[in-house]
Amino acid sequence: MPQAPPRYPAAPPPASGTDHRRVVLVGGGLVGLTLALDLARHGVAVTLLDEEDSVATGSRAICFAKRTLEIYARLGLGPRMLEKGVTWQTGRVFHGAREAFHFDLLPEAGHEYPAFVNLQQYHVEEWLVEACQAAGVELRWRHRVAGLAPEAAGVTLAVETPQGPYTLRADWLLACDGARSAIRRALGLPFQGQVFQDRFLIADVVIRGEVGFPAERWFWFDPPFHPGQSVLLHKQPDDLWRIDFQLGWDADPEAEQQPARVAARVRAMLGPDVPFELEWVSLYTFRCRRLDRFVHGRVVFAGDSAHQVSPFGARGGNGGVQDADNLAWKLAAVLNGSAGPGLLDSYEAERIAAAEENILHAMRATDFITPKSDHARAYRDAVLDLAADHAFARALVNSGRLSRPAVLAESPLNSADQGGWAGGAPAGAAAPDAPVLCEGQPDWLLRHLGGDFGLLLFDAPDFPTPPGLRPVHVAAEARPGALWDHSGLAAARFGAMPGGAVLLRPDQHIAARLAMPDPVAVRAALERARGGGGLVP
Amino acid sequence: MSLDTTPRLADADAAFALLMEAHRGLDPAASRALDARLVLILANHVGDLAVLRQALALARNGLAGEDGPGLSAAR
Repeated sequence: MPQAPPRYPAAPPPASGTDHRRVVLVGGGLVGLTLALDLARHGVAVTLLDEEDSVATGSRAICFAKRTLEIYARLGLGPRMLEKGVTWQTGRVFHGAREAFHFDLLPEAGHEYPAFVNLQQYHVEEWLVEACQAAGVELRWRHRVAGLAPEAAGVTLAVETPQGPYTLRADWLLACDGARSAIRRALGLPFQGQVFQDRFLIADVVIRGEVGFPAERWFWFDPPFHPGQSVLLHKQPDDLWRIDFQLGWDADPEAEQQPARVAARVRAMLGPDVPFELEWVSLYTFRCRRLDRFVHGRVVFAGDSAHQVSPFGARGGNGGVQDADNLAWKLAAVLNGSAGPGLLDSYEAERIAAAEENILHAMRATDFITPKSDHARAYRDAVLDLAADHAFARALVNSGRLSRPAVLAESPLNSADQGGWAGGAPAGAAAPDAPVLCEGQPDWLLRHLGGDFGLLLFDAPDFPTPPGLRPVHVAAEARPGALWDHSGLAAARFGAMPGGAVLLRPDQHIAARLAMPDPVAVRAALERARGGGGLVP
Repeated sequence: MSLDTTPRLADADAAFALLMEAHRGLDPAASRALDARLVLILANHVGDLAVLRQALALARNGLAGEDGPGLSAAR
């Protein structure tokens, strides 16, 4: 945890003993705070309850992927994360004492945000709390949900506080209360999947001064300092390093967390002469599982309460932030009447598909790292042996397939491409970034997208953009009122020809691509992207 | 493409002898490692998931045990 973790004042219960809020969010962790902030920025008043009064203990979700950073950029926190965090894009995999191979997660230039930034979850949560306060989110610390009763048009919560209980009625309840979600359990919803028969020791280690590791993700299979098991190393800010030691199923969870025992493992890795301090130690067994549905009447689940993955691939926190990104604008649209409640069905369709993808990748990585049988281990070792000399085998080495933005290819909100559209980011993909010049100044395309529905127009200055849409003009030559695509990367990454238009959702995902747009087709695509409720203004 | 199970080896006896010879002098663990490496090398050579799936279904056919995931559909 940080040197001086913030303590937030406990909110008093309402004097009347009962209260009513339109949107109540439970769980002030990474995903809950992100969702609350996004909703507030869409004009939705949110009341957030958290049973604690501080930020996360331990670094937890340290690897913030490019897409997540772009979401935080939209929410105003991107530059701060980039400045504080450790930027990296290279992963290196070792087998025994030698390097098996390495990979580059962002081999091309021309993006504002890097492949990954490592940053302790508690820093991000602290900044999110500040941003939520500034945006008017009502934060109720040390308010614990002790019971709930779902109804047709809302939920009644029994809330306990240090100063006594009260009753809180919510029109909508957002459950961001993590993998052990009390709301999920109170509703009796099954949360099933696979448990991996293995234990992992996770340590935050402070090492001051020179350290012989670069800002890269290093993963060892069977290293000399931890034979027969795997080790994962990540650099964080503040001289902090994150080390995950695989221990095996037979490890004793109590004994393994003793500081002397952990220190011995770290010393074996770093060498006898490197001074270090242990800041946080935890022991995990990993699971991959999800809820069957994420929307249950007026209760909506997001983040770990809805789905849980093993950490290889950094898909837990990043997946949860993408849930928030997906849900906020939809719930805001339902609440302000610009869309029908059916729009929330698309949250479920899109994010269940994304969760399935994350679970698939996390299970495959965990199966590779933790072979289930002698036979599986023989194949795993064969892959590692061949990988040193053969590129085809390197492709089979799975130390975690790192989080990529979900492409919502099957989304009901997407429209089919209109006219010929060759290549580029497809409907359902998050908009790719590109360098542009804005009034002569270096700028980034994504800074101009998102928050509301937008129509990205490539060299179509005279297109009559329908109401309800914000036009964003991009031009191959310098032109007033247009972002200058001076490198041609914007057009190339969207696969756009002159005159083409791309419909973008408030979460920057592509809803439609129209090679020869006409206003009727654009309006139809917009209506579809709003859930087809026929409520286009 | 689909799995070709017609006789393709001009000298089948020599091919079988090669496989036997490769395992000579290996203990069971090393023998298993060799087989695993060989399967990975040949799977990459085939380079086609559909063919691999058919080959695995054929190989598994008649062996005791539960159906492997994803194999039954290929039968």
